[in-house]
Amino acid sequence: MGITRRAAFKAMLAGSAAVAGVSAATRPVSAAPLEAPADALGLLYDATLCIGCKTCVVKCQEANHLEPDTSGIDAKYNAPLSLSANAKTVIKIYKGDEGESYMKAQCMHCIDPACVTACMIGALTKGPNGIVAYNVDYCVGCRYCEIACPFNVPKFQWASNTPQIVKCELCRERLGEGKEPACTEVCPRHAVIFGKRAELLQEAKRRIAAAPDTYQPKVYGETEAGGTQCLYISHVPFDKLGLPTLDDRPAPELARNIQHTVYKGFIAPVALYGILGAVMLRNRRSADKPEAES
Amino acid sequence: MSAHAPAAPVGGHLMTPSMRLVVTLFGIGAAMILWRLIAGLGATTAMNDGYPFGLWIAFDVVTGTALACGGYAVAILVYILNKGQYSPLVRPAILTSALGYTLAGMGVALDVGRWWGLWKVPLFVWRWNVNSALLEIALCIMGYVVVLWIEIAPYLLERYKNGEHATMRRVARAAIPALKKASIWIIALGLLLPTMHQSSLGTLMLLANSRLHELWRTPLVPLFFLLTCVSMGYSVVVFESAFSALGFKRKPETEMLAGLAGIIVPLQFFVVALRLVDMGVRGVLGGLFAGDVRSMMVIIEMVLFLTPAVMLLSPASRRDLGHLVRSAMVMMFAGALYRFDVFLVAFNPGAHWSYFPSVPEILVTVGLIAAEVIAYVFIVRNFPILSGGGTAAPERQAA
Amino acid sequence: MAAAAVGLGPLAAEDFVHAAEQGAKPSVIWLQFQECTGCTESLLRTSHPGVDELILDLISLDYHETLFAAAGHQAEAALQSAMEKNAGKFVCIIEGAIPTKEDGIYCMIGGRTALEIVNDVASKAGAIIAIGSCASWGGVPSADPNPTGASPAHAVLQGKTVVNIPGCPANPYNLLGTVLQYATYGTLPALDEENRPKFAYGRTIHEHCPRRAHFDAGRFAEKYGDEGHRLGYCLYKLGCKGPATHANCSVMHFGEVVDAWPIGLGHPCFGCTEQKIGFRMPMHQTVQILRPSPPDSYPDINEEQGRISPVATAVGGAVVGALIGGGYVASKKLSQAPDDPPSSPKTGV
Repeated sequence: MGITRRAAFKAMLAGSAAVAGVSAATRPVSAAPLEAPADALGLLYDATLCIGCKTCVVKCQEANHLEPDTSGIDAKYNAPLSLSANAKTVIKIYKGDEGESYMKAQCMHCIDPACVTACMIGALTKGPNGIVAYNVDYCVGCRYCEIACPFNVPKFQWASNTPQIVKCELCRERLGEGKEPACTEVCPRHAVIFGKRAELLQEAKRRIAAAPDTYQPKVYGETEAGGTQCLYISHVPFDKLGLPTLDDRPAPELARNIQHTVYKGFIAPVALYGILGAVMLRNRRSADKPEAES
Repeated sequence: MSAHAPAAPVGGHLMTPSMRLVVTLFGIGAAMILWRLIAGLGATTAMNDGYPFGLWIAFDVVTGTALACGGYAVAILVYILNKGQYSPLVRPAILTSALGYTLAGMGVALDVGRWWGLWKVPLFVWRWNVNSALLEIALCIMGYVVVLWIEIAPYLLERYKNGEHATMRRVARAAIPALKKASIWIIALGLLLPTMHQSSLGTLMLLANSRLHELWRTPLVPLFFLLTCVSMGYSVVVFESAFSALGFKRKPETEMLAGLAGIIVPLQFFVVALRLVDMGVRGVLGGLFAGDVRSMMVIIEMVLFLTPAVMLLSPASRRDLGHLVRSAMVMMFAGALYRFDVFLVAFNPGAHWSYFPSVPEILVTVGLIAAEVIAYVFIVRNFPILSGGGTAAPERQAA
Repeated sequence: MAAAAVGLGPLAAEDFVHAAEQGAKPSVIWLQFQECTGCTESLLRTSHPGVDELILDLISLDYHETLFAAAGHQAEAALQSAMEKNAGKFVCIIEGAIPTKEDGIYCMIGGRTALEIVNDVASKAGAIIAIGSCASWGGVPSADPNPTGASPAHAVLQGKTVVNIPGCPANPYNLLGTVLQYATYGTLPALDEENRPKFAYGRTIHEHCPRRAHFDAGRFAEKYGDEGHRLGYCLYKLGCKGPATHANCSVMHFGEVVDAWPIGLGHPCFGCTEQKIGFRMPMHQTVQILRPSPPDSYPDINEEQGRISPVATAVGGAVVGALIGGGYVASKKLSQAPDDPPSSPKTGV
């Protein structure tokens, strides 16, 4: 069966080439850890200090002109169940075998953000101070950023017919006015603080070293997904707080490498186009000669 | 080599009783679309922040374009592998592809939240994020829709070549030769673009990385998407050709369809073998026996991938049109299931999130399919797309 | 206490007395129209300052129909002379709504309609204060169908600033604080967009309620006399209008008896200061929370979200089933269709 064998052969050839190609693609381009931008700003949340007062949630909504999120438990309360179109930060609770802790969730401002890699015409960009910013002018509402984020951060205004993506932007407008983010400004226990990532990382390590029996022996966000600008230290294991266990490779690396390998310089598509054209030209020429049974 | 009469309009009335049902389904779908535009996605769909991609992406766009790969698959066969005996299948395959991709495009426009901004995607070149698989898919699909309609234009214009309408006659007589001359380069584009974006549709979900289940999370996903879309393409051509023959009471071209179906056999065996090898190499083969829903879905996928190959193994079985069509349907379902799984089952936002499409979502999908059926039947009845059985000399359609 | 009510600081009381001793006792003309006199009555039950000290030492109450010994022509004459003597300086306090239908004949005093009287007196006043809900927004007389066209003072006195002190009755200290501030410093307290003093009406009852912790923790009385009611739980579910009612009853109780206010006594707030609520919304209908705030509970790290609709599952299943079933049945027909006649051996593959 000529065609079957030929098709199979071609497919296997393509397959082997693909396997070789993508395994080359998925080998990390460089094994060195990513470096945050020199002026990277971020947050440090110390779960041992948080008292769950939720002032940060309310002030964040005020500063960002968000309505109270009454979709949670009851229309009587401003009680987001998780990050939402009306909550750029949320306080949750863990009560279990490993103890009890509050957990503040918000955008992690990754050093190599998956959402930025996802966004087609750059509505999400990593800008000054490494802040991952959203510009609605270039957003088509495709929600690919929601798929990409390993921390499940970007949220969508499902209830609107002109919906936007909603996520923490480290209060970048307030930063422009010389203020700090709303959440860190109001926290009564300084459980969440703001500053340069490098300094926050140092402070986090200092706290862990000063009380090794209290803290988990790691700063979450130092290397996870290539490193994030929002860091966490905690007395309970991080996965109990909903922070996924991730290795140090940036989240978008796999998909991005495949795209790069295949489309680098657009060589492969152009070459394929040329080959296809050449084959068809040859076929047409042989057809114009006396007909041959195939 | 079976000889075929040249393509001609099927003729006949559009609004048969079964067509009335289809039009009703389209009407319901259209009403739901209007509601979606007015009330927003939250009110009409069941998508949520845990499952931001739902039925419209998984089926209308991803599966829909794969099912619209008939034109691509037949074009490979006829123009690259030079199998001229399949050329009567080119026209209906390209038509199905053109309609399928157009409707997939409409599906995208409905699914995105800020559809009025979509024009910026192809035009704002200076903002293109070349790292984004979705950008590449969007541009390729937009381009491919245009290419498909250019490819089909000469067939549609043929009706006016010797017709009564003077302007249309002039347009047809000018356009058809011009398009025929450029056809190699148009068809080459029509082969390049689907290769690019059908594979990238697989790459798309790899960006979810840690949230994509390990049984599906392989860099070979683009290859699997590409190969299965070819199988699905042939299956759709078999399906649509057989049911056109049944519906329009014409003689089916069983021999040709048997040839197409035969290609699926090695493709599918290869895909399944490669998947298993890949899982072994990545060390996740044990996960197949975990006994949870996801591992069972993978096993079902593999079984469904093998089923059409097994069904079509013997040449004798390929002579029965009903059997051919059933295998084609299994293949279409298998490919659809694989894509659903990658987008909705392998994707794991956390066990606390759940999603199942809402009734309006389902009705919109059904309505869009109904629209495609109506358009297909209308065009096939009024334009020279289908060729009948006969004893005329073999004729190449294009190129 | 009056000074404290207005937030004027501990030494303001001395200022009041001092100003009064200087002979600067402001003239107060108190008009009463469609009212029950409840606001006056509640004024009589203050003691910091008491009414005696108020009218003997602090202000000059130059006209008050209820408290006057005089009556008839004598009273009218007092009114006229007070108006002339203190024109542009006296405080005009209006208690009660003003009927406007049929030229205002539904309230006539001394042969003049309330409309005429209020326009006359207010035109010469230095400050105008509407005491009580009736004068502030219409109150009971304005309840549907409002046959007399009962209107608040500010609606009748277009273009003039009328300080509204709603309540049924209004808390007398809200009035005292406002009047004494004006008397002593010549200024009025900061007013909100309905011209109500912010010191009293800047917060909703809900925002300053002693039972708030019960609301935040989701502890409610469901029926009068049930366990929750006895334990003093939140009365929201019994129809408390506190979340939508601006007033300071929760911190300034009435009659100078601790807990002498509706919620303190175990009855839901009635919303008497708000035009859209008092005498309009049914007593036991729950009201929307104006500015919801976080409750006492927390979402889990992984809260269940997203709902799978059983109807949708059925529809989806039906569609897929129809497609598969229909396709199978149709394929059977194809098996019976005549095939192509067999052609050359090199056909197909």
